[in-house]
Amino acid sequence: MQNVDAINLENIKEEAPVNYLTNGFTLRSWLLTKDHKRIAIMYLLSISVFFMLGGLYASAIRLELLTPASDLLESGTYNKVFTQHGVIMVFLFLIPAIPAVLGNFLIPLMIGAKDLAFPRINLLSLYIYWIAGALIVFALLQGGVDTGWTFYTPYSTTFSNSYVMLVGLGVFVNGFSSILTGLNFIVTIHTMRAPGMTWFRLPLFVWAQYATSLVMILGTPVIAITVLLLALERLVGIGIFDPAIGGDPILFQHLFWFYSHPAVYIMILPGMGVISELISNFSRKKIFGYEFIAFSSIAIAVFGFLVWGHHMFVSGQSIYAGLVFSFLTMVVAIPSAIKVFNWSATLYKGSISYDTPMLYGLFFLGLFMIGGLTGLFLGSVGLTVHLTDTYFIVAHFHYVMVGGQVLAYLGGIHYWWSKMTGKIYSEFWGKISAMLVFVGFNLTFFPQFILGYLGMPRRYASYPPEFQVLNIFSTAGASILGIGLTLPVIYLTYSFFFGAKASANPWMHPGLEWRTSSPPPTENFDVPPVVTWEAYEFGEESGLDIEGARKSVVAPTV
Amino acid sequence: MMIMQQNTWIPLFPEQASTFAGDVDLLYFYLIAISAFFTIGIVAAIFFFVVKYREREAFATPKEIHGSIALETLWSIIPFIISMTVFLGGAIVYYNQYRVPDEAMDVYVVGKQWMWKIQHATGQREINELHVPVGRKVKLTMTTEDVLHDFFIPAFRTKMDVVPGRYTTMWFEATKPGKYHLFCAEYCGLNHSGMGGWVYVMEQRDFDNWLAGNVSGQTPVEAGRDLFENKLGCASCHQGGKDQRGAVLEGIFGKEVKFTNGQSAIVDDAYLRESILNPGAKIVEGYQPIMPTFKGQVTEEQLVQLIAYIKSLSGDAGTTSQTAATAAPKASPEAAANSNMPSSETKGGN
Repeated sequence: MQNVDAINLENIKEEAPVNYLTNGFTLRSWLLTKDHKRIAIMYLLSISVFFMLGGLYASAIRLELLTPASDLLESGTYNKVFTQHGVIMVFLFLIPAIPAVLGNFLIPLMIGAKDLAFPRINLLSLYIYWIAGALIVFALLQGGVDTGWTFYTPYSTTFSNSYVMLVGLGVFVNGFSSILTGLNFIVTIHTMRAPGMTWFRLPLFVWAQYATSLVMILGTPVIAITVLLLALERLVGIGIFDPAIGGDPILFQHLFWFYSHPAVYIMILPGMGVISELISNFSRKKIFGYEFIAFSSIAIAVFGFLVWGHHMFVSGQSIYAGLVFSFLTMVVAIPSAIKVFNWSATLYKGSISYDTPMLYGLFFLGLFMIGGLTGLFLGSVGLTVHLTDTYFIVAHFHYVMVGGQVLAYLGGIHYWWSKMTGKIYSEFWGKISAMLVFVGFNLTFFPQFILGYLGMPRRYASYPPEFQVLNIFSTAGASILGIGLTLPVIYLTYSFFFGAKASANPWMHPGLEWRTSSPPPTENFDVPPVVTWEAYEFGEESGLDIEGARKSVVAPTV
Repeated sequence: MMIMQQNTWIPLFPEQASTFAGDVDLLYFYLIAISAFFTIGIVAAIFFFVVKYREREAFATPKEIHGSIALETLWSIIPFIISMTVFLGGAIVYYNQYRVPDEAMDVYVVGKQWMWKIQHATGQREINELHVPVGRKVKLTMTTEDVLHDFFIPAFRTKMDVVPGRYTTMWFEATKPGKYHLFCAEYCGLNHSGMGGWVYVMEQRDFDNWLAGNVSGQTPVEAGRDLFENKLGCASCHQGGKDQRGAVLEGIFGKEVKFTNGQSAIVDDAYLRESILNPGAKIVEGYQPIMPTFKGQVTEEQLVQLIAYIKSLSGDAGTTSQTAATAAPKASPEAAANSNMPSSETKGGN
């Protein structure tokens, strides 16, 4: 056993002669690559561009809401701005962020494979994503869309004069990118695990990606169908959703949320996977209740399909539907609670260090907990009648989507940065920016819970003056959040060009992705790895030279 | 701006001005208590662990703790029980909001981009304002001429979507005189944030004065009769006794009718609406499918009036409403408003 490990370890060279980044410098070598790592890097760049674009729209929203009157933006412009903020952030950032960047880069490395099962399809999904992004950006340049990211009918089919079809086409096309990525991950995880990499030795990140992929391939076709029906009504005039021509507007909401609620889990499950890795690594302990975290991901993926009606409590659905969906919403909260308890328990008797990724991990726990608990408020049907369509909802889903997924994404990017680029970023600036994000985020969104309970409706360009003070807090927080999110772009880019060289396994982590050089060679491993250790086995028995690593570290980072 | 100056303290809770407000707030405080308990507990535990078990030696390997079935069970079951109390609390509050009491006074609401058109059973019309008496149950029957809207009164802790092509209902009982925000809470296009106004809750005698001071015009029932007999000519088929070609409407509301396809239904607002707009959809046994559609010929408000008139042809309460309103349009709004619909079976448009 130990011999096998020794063989594995001896083959880690600190620096491969040719790594995946230096293996070809031409544009062609990037655009026609089949390397999952290069594809991940191209996703990283594209997603960052869309995140910044969505962020600019967010800034415009917060600046407009600084004063009660609709003065900076007129309401028509404001409606387009919040719609485009939502469309870009949901479809072009949140959904692909962790799967397409971190999942793409890490799944083959973590399971000991050379690449994904279908490298060409992987490249195809990137191109499809680009086409979708281009369609949506083109629609924005033409004049944008003003329906809200939810495209509710009959406004979107009969009344809106904006570029609904172009954006709809973008969303439709983008769905295929999700489906292909999900399919690729599922096949890869099933068929390409290294010898000895059993299901219960998989890192929890891989479990989370697996659950996410299930939702992607089962849910995404529904949004495609919905957009297609919307197009039939808008372009051809077939009455499907507009009652004036014989349709039913509530049908659209059922179809839309049947996808979009599971899509919420596409947006948060991968983040949960990242957090499991972070908490475990920086406590240097096996995750508490591994099986419970693994299966709670699957449970969330399954139950996530049964709760779409909680978006429609006041839409006119029957009392029985309301009660059943409320009950199921309570049930789907339990697996998330189990995860939070297990993450917290992992810290118990650990050896905890507070590097930047761990700060993001700990901040995630706090923010996700608030996001999850306020989900109970909204699942409680009698209370939601008052809260729905107010700023309470806006605050809740930003706590889950930004406080959850975006923080997990940033934590993951920092944690695996040395593996992806072979460089070390500034820990000082990393910590500063993590703290700015945390403080700025809370200052932005916590006041919105209060605003929501006071009754401020969402999607309002102007609002009664008594809501102004809380909106000023929110805009001030958004400025801090904006700085906190801009800093990583600067210091990470700087480190890519000028940073110190990273070692292959700076965390002394037993995972396979750390048992190859940083950055890894194109084929990932020089010798196909054989796994003989359990997941998160941090001791020397998993073949790590901990004594040697200690000698090379001057002092522990605190 | 004026309100800002009067009230520099940041408000945390909206005013309580309906019978729902207390219950909803109670549920809200219960959830805040649960959230505070878990958040403080877990954050405290995390802080404690993070400080106590901080790294003391680089790359230490702490003893592995695999997990604990007992703990997992405990922290699955306790949250489940708590979430069930939250569910039940919400279900009870929702049930009360959903079930419209029989004795509620009727108000009709039609939304359109970007205004609320409101008509009282006694005929008074309002735009972007709703006057209601304190301590009386009020039922809103709502629809829209164009896109989705949502009638939202934060001080009453209730809202309901307004959906084109169907009726939705909501009810409330105001408890405190005052002036409260009315918002449209479902995004409806360009001037969505301007689609709102005020709800005025008044003492009964002030409300009576308000009613008296407003030119009431025709009540919905009277307007509906006018449409029925004159403007739309419904009477030529639906009135005339034995030989009439159309279905007999007297006494039909709330009754079960059988259709030629063998199915049957209770006659309610939604059914009447469908029969006027799409008469071929369901043909009552014994009649020919000869009625033309009135789609595009009646506005949403006229539909509400027609249905109010057809209702008034059934049952005592309906007739009383009609007589009271006709006989004394301005004298006693209470009598008119109290006379309710006999349609306790009606659950709105769905």
